[in-house]
Amino acid sequence: MAETSQDLHLESLTKRFGDFTAVRDLTLTVPSGSFFALLGPSGCGKTTTLRMVAGLEDPTQGRILIGEQDITRLRPYKRPVNTVFQSYALFPHLTIFENVAFGLRRRGIKDYKQKTHDMIDLVQLGPYAGRKPAQLSGGQQQRVALGRALINEPGVLLLDEPLGALDLKLRRQMQIELKRIQTEIEVTFVHVTHDQEEAMTMADTIAVMNQGVIEQMGAPDDLYENPVTTFVANFLGQSNLIMTDIIDGSGAEVVVDCQGQKIGVTSERCHAQGRKAWLGIRPEKIFASQVGESEHTDSNVLRGGRISDVSFIGVSTQYLVAMPWEQELMVFEQNTGRRPLFKNGDNVDLSWSSEHAFLLDADQDAHAGMMTPEDRE
Amino acid sequence: MATDVQDRTATESRAQPARPPRRNLARWFSDHLVLLIGILVLVYMFVPIGYIFALSFSQPPASATGHTSATGQFESFTWGNWTSICDPEGLCDSVKLSLEVSITATVIATILGTLMAFALVRHSFRGRGVSNLLVFLPMATPEVVMGSSLLAMFVAVGMDSILGFTTIVIAHVLFCLSFVVVTVKARLQGMDSRLEQAAMDLYANEWQTFRLITLPLAMPGIVAAALLSFSLSFDDFIVTNFTAGQSVTFPLYIYGAKLKDFPAQLFVVGTIMFLISFVFVTAGEIYRRRRVRAWS
Repeated sequence: MAETSQDLHLESLTKRFGDFTAVRDLTLTVPSGSFFALLGPSGCGKTTTLRMVAGLEDPTQGRILIGEQDITRLRPYKRPVNTVFQSYALFPHLTIFENVAFGLRRRGIKDYKQKTHDMIDLVQLGPYAGRKPAQLSGGQQQRVALGRALINEPGVLLLDEPLGALDLKLRRQMQIELKRIQTEIEVTFVHVTHDQEEAMTMADTIAVMNQGVIEQMGAPDDLYENPVTTFVANFLGQSNLIMTDIIDGSGAEVVVDCQGQKIGVTSERCHAQGRKAWLGIRPEKIFASQVGESEHTDSNVLRGGRISDVSFIGVSTQYLVAMPWEQELMVFEQNTGRRPLFKNGDNVDLSWSSEHAFLLDADQDAHAGMMTPEDRE
Repeated sequence: MATDVQDRTATESRAQPARPPRRNLARWFSDHLVLLIGILVLVYMFVPIGYIFALSFSQPPASATGHTSATGQFESFTWGNWTSICDPEGLCDSVKLSLEVSITATVIATILGTLMAFALVRHSFRGRGVSNLLVFLPMATPEVVMGSSLLAMFVAVGMDSILGFTTIVIAHVLFCLSFVVVTVKARLQGMDSRLEQAAMDLYANEWQTFRLITLPLAMPGIVAAALLSFSLSFDDFIVTNFTAGQSVTFPLYIYGAKLKDFPAQLFVVGTIMFLISFVFVTAGEIYRRRRVRAWS
């Protein structure tokens, strides 16, 4: 079987609504059988992209292909693509059985009854086949929506924020469930979400979208450890960004002047052009130590910090450290219990290994991708 | 510990009857005030209907003209009115005409109004805002104005010779239409357009999507609109009076009867109409409750 022929290709896809460009010249390939996540804040164009693949929105420019087949102008019901809609869009007047059987019956498949029962069993809703969607809980409705789409054996399954309406505990459970089903049936999943944790837990590949373009694409750990823009650095987890001057960018280690102290960064983690750069370091990669205590020779050290806030979270303690240049840095420490916690006002030195930091273009906004409390919801 | 709690609740409940009885009475009254008012309002609403019901069994005295004419006093009990509904001249014909008119007007207004509602909710076109506004106008126009202008128009275009069924239906469709559009529109606006997208995503073409998803979901609104049209059309007097010519609908018949003899059979027809709508409403309510119970 020609497996690769089912890859999903987007070629210079663009969508404009009047003057507003929702998706700008998007090109990407989703390999057949992979779990692909489009991650971004609301309004970044990820849902529009998904709707164009489903056929619910016409692209202004560009092409969509599954394998060799150009589906750009096909009506939604002619496409080998099915969607799990945000808040499910289950047919309220039909039973669970009728909902799940809907796609098979439209295509005139004779033994739809057996297949429907099998699918309802797969999503563990056997006893509920005769009920209406309103009689089911959120998690159960979610599984109906999934079964209703999967039963058609689509080439690509599109998931539009499928877990957004569930509470946290159920969401975790469904994340594992979705991943299990995807591995079992080997269908390509394209998953749209604004929840970075959800994307990282489930996807093989994540494309981080912002303002209609893909900022960065790669495996979850690559994106997290080596972000190439301030947006990715802030949107996936948290980062400390410090303004630095590049002193020497020629060697295997780029040397920067970080507010008067010399710091080295592995050169493949340098994504900055020009003389200045944001030095990025994740809070959990920083080790705080008492002033004058011995530090590793391969570590970079920033001296002169003073603890200005201590938040005890249980598994970890989060410190804010005021630096001499009037910036507060975040430092997370596991509560291993091996040493006492720092207190407010303690003087500390901060250190990390040079392969943990990254350098980003100084032109970028240091606050890009930071989520306000409303975005988090 | 447990006995301690029990003891305390026991003393508390024993302490309660010690309250002054007058405060208890005031308390009872204020607790049930809403209920009392509710009962009074219900009585107010149903007294006229009960009155008609009772009078439908009353033997009317013979009047000077030889016809029987009801007086509004309950004379003596009889089944006579119920067994001779069609005896008064023209009564049953007028009911028949009213039914024909209102059914025809309802069918036309419901179909047209539903299509209009779909256009106004689902499509954006030049003049949609104006159309939305204009649709409300017939509702706001006084019926006297509408009726007289319709008559003037019918005469002007030479339709005065056929004043009757056709002109009444035209007039009734006109004022029912606004109500249908408003009712169906409300239902459509509450509908999630993603349901239709989901159907298309699941291999239903445009026609199948409409037949299997859109229409069934809009149906409660359409049925409500049809019932509303029917009752508006059936008991309309003012507009009908202008456009009926020599024809007599049931409301026109009652008005005419009021001026001369008032046959007691009118109470019977009134009671029957009330009972029919009562059965409809009750059946609807039972169906709704069953569905709710099946869900929980």
